[in-house]
Amino acid sequence: MTTSTIAGIELEVDAEGFLQKPEQWTDAVGEAIAAELGIEMTDRHWQVARFMRQRFLDNGTAPTIRTLGKESGVDVKELYKLFPKGPAKLAAKIGGIPKPRGCI
Amino acid sequence: MADAIEKVSIIISKGSFEGAYPGLIMANGARMEGIEVNVFFTFFGLDVINPARNAHLQVATVGNPGLHIPTVVGALPGVSSLVTHQMEKKMEELDMPPIPEFVQLLADSGAQLYACKASVEMFDLTREDFVEDLAGIATVGEFYAMAAGGQIIFT
Repeated sequence: MTTSTIAGIELEVDAEGFLQKPEQWTDAVGEAIAAELGIEMTDRHWQVARFMRQRFLDNGTAPTIRTLGKESGVDVKELYKLFPKGPAKLAAKIGGIPKPRGCI
Repeated sequence: MADAIEKVSIIISKGSFEGAYPGLIMANGARMEGIEVNVFFTFFGLDVINPARNAHLQVATVGNPGLHIPTVVGALPGVSSLVTHQMEKKMEELDMPPIPEFVQLLADSGAQLYACKASVEMFDLTREDFVEDLAGIATVGEFYAMAAGGQIIFT
């Protein structure tokens, strides 16, 4: 397990920088991770990141892209506009949860 | 570490339930990693992007040893529908979309979907027979040109 200091907080992360302890996350951490990814967070970005995070906290797994498109309030087309390099993966990273391991 | 894959071009050549899904899953998984995706539908794979047919693709229960059903049983009326239905149920549990929705998901996620020109002509089909979001009908040569610089996966 590696640690990384983001937004002034020492956090446990995996090799790709996904938080391993969601409880260590704060808004500022999310903002800092997004900035590192070259993403300027808008309300729409936050809506997706918070949805990912909440689903993970509620269910213990991250939602699929299908669920994300249907239930987050942001459709699939817009998801890819907001996060061109992979909506589920990046929203999970910004939302401070482990990397989603689903194939779908 | 080797360079990351930035582009894949996936060929879907089969029109059975189990022939369609792997390519769709590989394509969606690539988009979810931010990888550029082309999908080229050829031969019976054209059924996957044909709205008149893609909701009714069936699992092949004959000549499919992986199912572990005796061929004579697989040939009985209704067996293919039953097995397909069971598989559909399992897929829904895993939040895997039915094929028509899956094709739409791919299009919405920015995957470029193409029908193979030779197959379209062979089956006497036209652009109107396919989903609205089809990027076009492409020749083999055009496919290779689009695939240049990426990986090609045949299913």
